[in-house]
Amino acid sequence: MGNPFSPHIAFMIGPVPISMAVVTTWGIIVLLALLCWLSCRKLQINAGRWQSVLEILITGIDDQITQIIDENKVHFFPLIATLFIFICLANLIDIVPGLSSPTAVLETTAALAVITFFSVHYVGIKSKGLLGYLKSFTEPNIILLPFTILSQITRTFSMMVRLFGNMMSGQFLMGIILAFVGLLVPIPLMILHVLISILQAYIFTILATVFIAAAIAEDNKGD
Amino acid sequence: MDLDLISIIVAGFTVSAGAIGPALSEGYAVGKAMDAIARQPEAAGPLARTLFVGLAMIETTAIYCLVIGLLLLYANPFVG
Repeated sequence: MGNPFSPHIAFMIGPVPISMAVVTTWGIIVLLALLCWLSCRKLQINAGRWQSVLEILITGIDDQITQIIDENKVHFFPLIATLFIFICLANLIDIVPGLSSPTAVLETTAALAVITFFSVHYVGIKSKGLLGYLKSFTEPNIILLPFTILSQITRTFSMMVRLFGNMMSGQFLMGIILAFVGLLVPIPLMILHVLISILQAYIFTILATVFIAAAIAEDNKGD
Repeated sequence: MDLDLISIIVAGFTVSAGAIGPALSEGYAVGKAMDAIARQPEAAGPLARTLFVGLAMIETTAIYCLVIGLLLLYANPFVG
């Protein structure tokens, strides 16, 4: 059983080691780009089968976002939808034999959490102005300022660790079960892992949306 | 006892202690959400979303314990 904290190096570009997770991520990016290009080439008013599936997915995500946040204020559907589709695919890709999810590596989830962290502050400053946004940290009381700043950091950290922990423990559990019994027994656990993969993608996306919504809210409700 | 053995035993205790608390509280939260949905079925959508976000928050403690356990096993700074 490999160490979950040390990345599996695939090859080197000069002095820079490229891990398997990065290669898989590139593969997912190319796959998604190809998929988008192929399915958006000829869009029609009377949607065909594949276009209907895509429309259901996109309107579903849009519904979820508009329930949480006023879409007229800041338009960040592209960020949220990209996060969801990417994380979902990255979590599910370990069904394919020989591949392992890039989200089961701490670096990938750290990158995703950092993107969320900066977009929260960007959106907050854009909607309230720099001073107004900084002032929202001192509400309801200036004594709580250290805790507010601390909560900003810890919630990013826990987003990162949550996705990593769930994905990595799923793979780990599968490895342990396969070492004991190989035939048929892991299948229910694999189905559970598929469910958890989609649920974690949903939770990461919803949390990112809730944090962004809290940043642009007039009264600072926090999380 | 050497440090390796202590680390393994403590990792087991960490994960077990970290599993009990979140399991109890997640059961409580889901039970309350079921009560609320049974009382007001039309509010199931927002309730489910809030429930998932809350469960994710509760689950964080369990995952911290898991990470501590894994650090003890694989990346222990006190074991050479």
